[in-house]
Amino acid sequence: MASPNSVSAPPAIPAGLSVEQLLDLYYYMRLTRSLEERLVALYRQAKVVGGLFRSLGQEADAVGSAYAIDQDKGDILSPLIRNLGSMLVCGATPVEVLRQYMAKAESPTHGRDLNIHYGTPQQGFIGQISHLGDMVPVMGGIALSFKMRGEDRVALVYVGDGAMSTGTFHEGINFAAVQRLPLVVIAENNGYAFSTPTAKQSAVKHLADKAAAYGIPSVRADGNDVLAVYEVTRRAVDRARSGEGVTLIELETYRRKGHAEHDDQSYQSAEEMERWEADDPIDRYIRQLTTSGWSTPAALADIDRRIADELAAAVALVEPEAGPDAGTALSGVWLDPPEAEREWYDRG
Amino acid sequence: MPEVTYLEAIRQGMWEEMERDENVFILGEDVGAYGGAFKVTDGFLERFGAQRVIDTPISEAAIIGAAAGAAHMGFRPIAEMQFIDFISCAYDMLTNYVATARYRAGLPTPMVVRGPSGGYVRGGPFHSQNPEAAFLHTPGLKIVCPATARDAKGLIKAAVRDEDPVLYFEHKYLYRRIKEDLPADEEILTPIGKARLAREGHDLTIVTWSAMVFKALEAAEQLSAEDGLSVEVIDLRTLLPMDDQAIMASVRKTNRVLIAHEDTRTGGVAGEITARINNDAFEFLDAPVKRVAAHDVPLPYAPALEDFVLPQTDDLVAAARWLAAY
Repeated sequence: MASPNSVSAPPAIPAGLSVEQLLDLYYYMRLTRSLEERLVALYRQAKVVGGLFRSLGQEADAVGSAYAIDQDKGDILSPLIRNLGSMLVCGATPVEVLRQYMAKAESPTHGRDLNIHYGTPQQGFIGQISHLGDMVPVMGGIALSFKMRGEDRVALVYVGDGAMSTGTFHEGINFAAVQRLPLVVIAENNGYAFSTPTAKQSAVKHLADKAAAYGIPSVRADGNDVLAVYEVTRRAVDRARSGEGVTLIELETYRRKGHAEHDDQSYQSAEEMERWEADDPIDRYIRQLTTSGWSTPAALADIDRRIADELAAAVALVEPEAGPDAGTALSGVWLDPPEAEREWYDRG
Repeated sequence: MPEVTYLEAIRQGMWEEMERDENVFILGEDVGAYGGAFKVTDGFLERFGAQRVIDTPISEAAIIGAAAGAAHMGFRPIAEMQFIDFISCAYDMLTNYVATARYRAGLPTPMVVRGPSGGYVRGGPFHSQNPEAAFLHTPGLKIVCPATARDAKGLIKAAVRDEDPVLYFEHKYLYRRIKEDLPADEEILTPIGKARLAREGHDLTIVTWSAMVFKALEAAEQLSAEDGLSVEVIDLRTLLPMDDQAIMASVRKTNRVLIAHEDTRTGGVAGEITARINNDAFEFLDAPVKRVAAHDVPLPYAPALEDFVLPQTDDLVAAARWLAAY
């Protein structure tokens, strides 16, 4: 019989993860939030050029799902504006992100596209465009390329509740489904598309119900439970990898900072915000890690400190960097010819 | 030398590229099992298999989007629009995603979008369009419009090999009406961005492309026989990037320019060419640059209506005579 003072072994870690991987998930969620907080500070100093789109409250949905793809196998994902966490999991760095937001010459897009709109297949994530739904057929094409080459790779694409109303979403997921492509579609239902609540977006009871229209299975999960998100995505990724085709995953979550920093959030009630704040994904995960004995507050604080140092160094590096030279705007539309022509009045 | 139709030349071009490079594949509606609405891809499924000749749902945006994704991964897709009129269903994907991919994200997107354009076939408003103007305005795309069987073959091969997205607008009226002797053993490649001198002359230049080239040549013959005029015809072949040098060289030589296209007048490519001539060769003009184009209406179906709306050889002759007399 165990003595009343003996410490019982921590419960088995779900989803086949190691302790190290559990801490990885914490690291990426905390990094996402802290990096965005840094960006807010820079935004308020007018050092961030253009808008700032936070994912506060959605860190678990982005990180947990991205963690479920296999980068060693060459899986590729397509982030949207609230998926900074997924890009960080794939190896995007705070330096890259800061350069993008601050329109620096050395940004991954050399100042051509803004905020987190960047990425190439080699990096494991594809640069999104603002037209919602459009990334779905593109990722379908990437998944098609995997199938055509007989590669053991999976593509994953994020959509929001709003993007699911677009024609390109419909065409893209339908094409992937009928072609039985290795594509996982993650629908992040955060309740709003800018100011439009999901009830005005679609007549379905649950967004996951739309899967029936494509002949594919769907699953719903708590988007603020990072381990649940990981598990449900992992199963869909494995399914895709084994040739069984597309899965639609609906993750229920909430964005606490509205559409963007310039959004007054007048359409989000205080009561609603408080309810979701109490369900904060990082707070929940900290409780889960510490009460299960998988980690300690001290270990997590260490990670927080490491992140703070990392971000301080990144900001110090990037802030003084220069923006791109004006003339660089003309190159790279095509490979050949390599430069757009200067205007006659601009030839100097 | 075997006589090859314009349609057969496109087939040959695609076939040769698919034999040469296993990354080339075709996707579109009814392209596989049926061999294509106009039979352009007849036989491809049997030879290359279902993986490389994909029958898609009716989803132009997804066809273009999937082609883009595959192109990012090193494939060379040829996406067919069953009638080029349906390319507008993919306008968003083409102009916002495909055209910008290299510039904004360093994402090479070597893909071809092809389909039958043009009228004179009593097809009505949705089976007769010439959409080049809609895309001319989009940095990042290339646009080619072959007139001859040789260029139909040469340009489809060049388009497949180009590292950037190419819109290939073939003309359905020419499919079986144009027959040329094409050498079977020669690798025919037409450079993108280079015009062709279709007929040499020194009194007046007609700048044109696609099916209008043949009306321009007819008009030139008539003007030579009846008016003693020596008319030069430039077949642009590529609209984007346009061969300004060829145009200006001709302007410097003849000093009178008529631009003719089948597309409607307002916002049609003739306006762009006129602006370029004005900018680059104004001193060489002895007359205003004139254009002949379709009337600004949706293309009607009834023969009398279509024949009135679309430019005919007589229209080119009348315009050329006005220019010559100026």
